[in-house]
Amino acid sequence: MILHPGIVALLGSSAIVNMMMLYSAFAGLRIIRYWDSKSSSALQLSLERRTYLLSSILSFVLGVNLLGLFLFIYTADDLHTQFVGAMCATGTLNANPIGWWVLGMKLVLFLFSAVWIFLNYLDQRTEDVPFVKKRYALLLVMTPLFVTEALLQLRFFLGLRPNIITSCCGALFSENSGGIASSIAGAPVRPMEYLFFTVVFLYLIVALCFIVFQMDFLKYLLGGLALVFLPVSIASIISFISPYFYELPTHHCPFDLLQGLYGYVGYPLYISLLLGTLFGLFPSLSEFFKGRSELPLRRWQRLWTTAGGISVMVFTAISVYPMLFSSFVLEG
Amino acid sequence: MRRHLFILEFALSGLCRRRYKNLALLVAYSLLIFIISSILFLTHALKREAELLLQSSPEITVQRLMAGRHALVPVDWVDTIVSIPGVIDASPRYWGYYYDPFTGANFTVLGVRSSEFPLKGREDLDPEDCLIGSGVSETGLLRTGDSLVMVDPEGIARPFRVAGVFSTSSSILTNDLVVLKEETIKRFFQIPEGYAVDLVVRVANPSEIDTIAKKIKEKIPSSRPITRTEILRTYESLFDWRSGMVLSMFIGALLAFFIFAWDKATGLSAEERREIGVLKAIGWDSSDIMEMKFWEGLVLSSLAYLTGTITGFVHVFMLGAPLLESALKGWSVLFPSLKLRPVIEVYQLMVLLFLTVVPYMAATIAPSWKAAMTDPEEVIRS
Repeated sequence: MILHPGIVALLGSSAIVNMMMLYSAFAGLRIIRYWDSKSSSALQLSLERRTYLLSSILSFVLGVNLLGLFLFIYTADDLHTQFVGAMCATGTLNANPIGWWVLGMKLVLFLFSAVWIFLNYLDQRTEDVPFVKKRYALLLVMTPLFVTEALLQLRFFLGLRPNIITSCCGALFSENSGGIASSIAGAPVRPMEYLFFTVVFLYLIVALCFIVFQMDFLKYLLGGLALVFLPVSIASIISFISPYFYELPTHHCPFDLLQGLYGYVGYPLYISLLLGTLFGLFPSLSEFFKGRSELPLRRWQRLWTTAGGISVMVFTAISVYPMLFSSFVLEG
Repeated sequence: MRRHLFILEFALSGLCRRRYKNLALLVAYSLLIFIISSILFLTHALKREAELLLQSSPEITVQRLMAGRHALVPVDWVDTIVSIPGVIDASPRYWGYYYDPFTGANFTVLGVRSSEFPLKGREDLDPEDCLIGSGVSETGLLRTGDSLVMVDPEGIARPFRVAGVFSTSSSILTNDLVVLKEETIKRFFQIPEGYAVDLVVRVANPSEIDTIAKKIKEKIPSSRPITRTEILRTYESLFDWRSGMVLSMFIGALLAFFIFAWDKATGLSAEERREIGVLKAIGWDSSDIMEMKFWEGLVLSSLAYLTGTITGFVHVFMLGAPLLESALKGWSVLFPSLKLRPVIEVYQLMVLLFLTVVPYMAATIAPSWKAAMTDPEEVIRS
C-alpha cells in the first residue's frame, strides 16, 4: 500500500517537515532559555540570527501543511476505487478510521502554524520583539503534535488493505463482506441549519460591534465565536450544505466538493472558512500575547475583524447560493 | 508590494548573471521532474485506459477451481446461474493462449458462436476461417486470404484462412487476438464436450452484482466468480504499485539531486558573498536577502517544473513513453501500439510538486539563511 505515489509524497514531505520541526524545537529551547533582548552578547546575536531561519522554516511548514491537507484528501479520494463500497475519500477514510484523526490533526496543525506565522509577523513589526518567548513556547507545543500526526498518518497508510482479487475467490467473500460505510451520516438538517445561521449571525454582529465600538471583551467573544464557527461549519457542510451542491439528499461527502464535477466550489468554500476562523482569532490572540509591549494594535485588529467578517460572508454566500437558486429542496 | 517586485527583479537579474551555474542546476532539476512526471502521467493514463476498457467487459466472470487451480467449467452451470434472479444471461466462453513457435509470440485465441464482428462482404465465419489482430498480422506477415498455421495438441499443423484483420484503432484489445468459430476452437484445443473455459454472466442492475456473485459462490462452492469492479481494483492497485516501485527506484536519484542542490546553495562564490555584503552594507535587511534567495529558488523551481512536466507530457502522450514502457506496461512479445488519451489531473501535478519542489525548497532554506547572515564588514574587508 505504501508504494502509491501520493503516499510516497505525503510520507516524504511529512518526514521533511518533522525533521525541521524537531530542529526548530531544539533551537527554540535555547531561545526560551537564553533570550535577553537587552543583552548584546555573542550568544544573543546568534540567537537573533537563528530566529530568521526558524521563521523561514515555519513559513515553509505552514505552506506544506496547507497543500498537504488537500493532497491527503486527494490521495484518499484516488485510493477509494480499491475498497469495496467506497465512493469517494470518505470510503477510504472509513476503511481505516485513523484517517479521520489524521485529517483533523492536519487541520489543527494548519491553524497552529498560521497563528505562529501571524505572531511572527507582528513581532517583526516591533523593535523589542515582545512575543519571542511565547512564540517558541508555542512551537514546543506544536512539535509533538506534528510528530503524532506523522505517526498516525503512517499507521493510516500501513493499515489500508486494498480489496483485490485473491487466489481462492474474489476478495468480496474473504472479507466476510462486512463492507464499509460509503458515506457519513450528517446531523439532522433543521437544528443544524438553525445553529449554523445563528453562529454566522452572531459572528457578524460581534465583528460589526467591535469595528464600531472597539470594546475589549468583544475581541475575546469574537475569538470564541471563531472557534465555534469552524466545527459548526464543517458539521453543516456535511449535514446540509453539501447535499445542496450534489442535489442528492443522501450524499453528504465533504470532499467531493473539491472535484471538478462540482466546479471546484470546495476550494473557495474551505479557504473562506479557514480565513474566517483565523481572522476571527487574530484580534484576541494579538491582545493576549501582547503583554506590556506597545504595538499599534487597534487599527490592525479592526482590519482583521473586517477581513474575518468578509470571509464569513463569502463562506455563507457560497453555501446559501444553491439553496436559493437551485430547484433542489432538502426537506429536514 | 512594489518592494517585493523589486527584490524579485533583482533575483532574476542575479540568476541571469550566474547563468552557467544555474543552467546546470536547471537541467538536472528539469530532468528529474521529467522522469517523475512521465511515471505519474503514464500510470494514470494506463489506469484510465483499463477503466474504460473494462466498462464493456462482462459484469461477472465465473471460473472453476479444482485443486486450487482453475479448471474447465461444466456448461450445465449455466442453468444454475441463470436461475438466480437478476441474471440476464450466462454463456460459456471458449478461449485460450497459443504459443507460436515461429514468431515467439503468444496469441490469445477466442471462440465465437457466430461472427460478432462486421465482416467485409460476408455473413459469417466458416469453420476454417479466422480473424486476426493487427499484431498477429504484422508478426506473421499475414493478410486477408493468407493462411495462419497453428499446431494443435497432437502436433498436427492446421491452416486457418484469414478472413479479416482487426483495425488498428482497436489494437489494445485485439492486437494479439485470433478469432475462430466456437466448434473450431473446441476441436483445436480438444476441449471435452460439455465443458467451457469460463462463463460470463450479464447482470441487469449494477448494484446487484456483488449479491449475485455471492449467490453463485453459495450455489456452486467450487466456482470463483470475479466481478468487473474487482478486476478494476486489482488493476488500479497493480499500476499504483508499479509506479510506486519505479518511483522508489528513483529515490536515490532524488536524494542525490537534493544534496547537489544543497551543495550548490551552500557553496557561495567569493563574488556572491561580496554581492550580499555590499547589499547589506547599503541597507538591505537579512530578511530581504532571504526573500531574494527565496525568489531565486521559486523561479528556478517553476522553470524546472514547467519544462519537466511539458517534456513529460510530450514523452508520454505524443511519443508513447519509450523510456518507461517496459517497466510499467508489463511484458509481452506482441505489444499493442498504445495511443494514450492525454488525461492529467490536478492530483498528479500536486504529487509531482510534493516529490520535487517541496524537498528542493526545504534543501535550500538553511543555505539561503547562511548566506543572508553574511557579515558585510567581514566580506568587504577580505
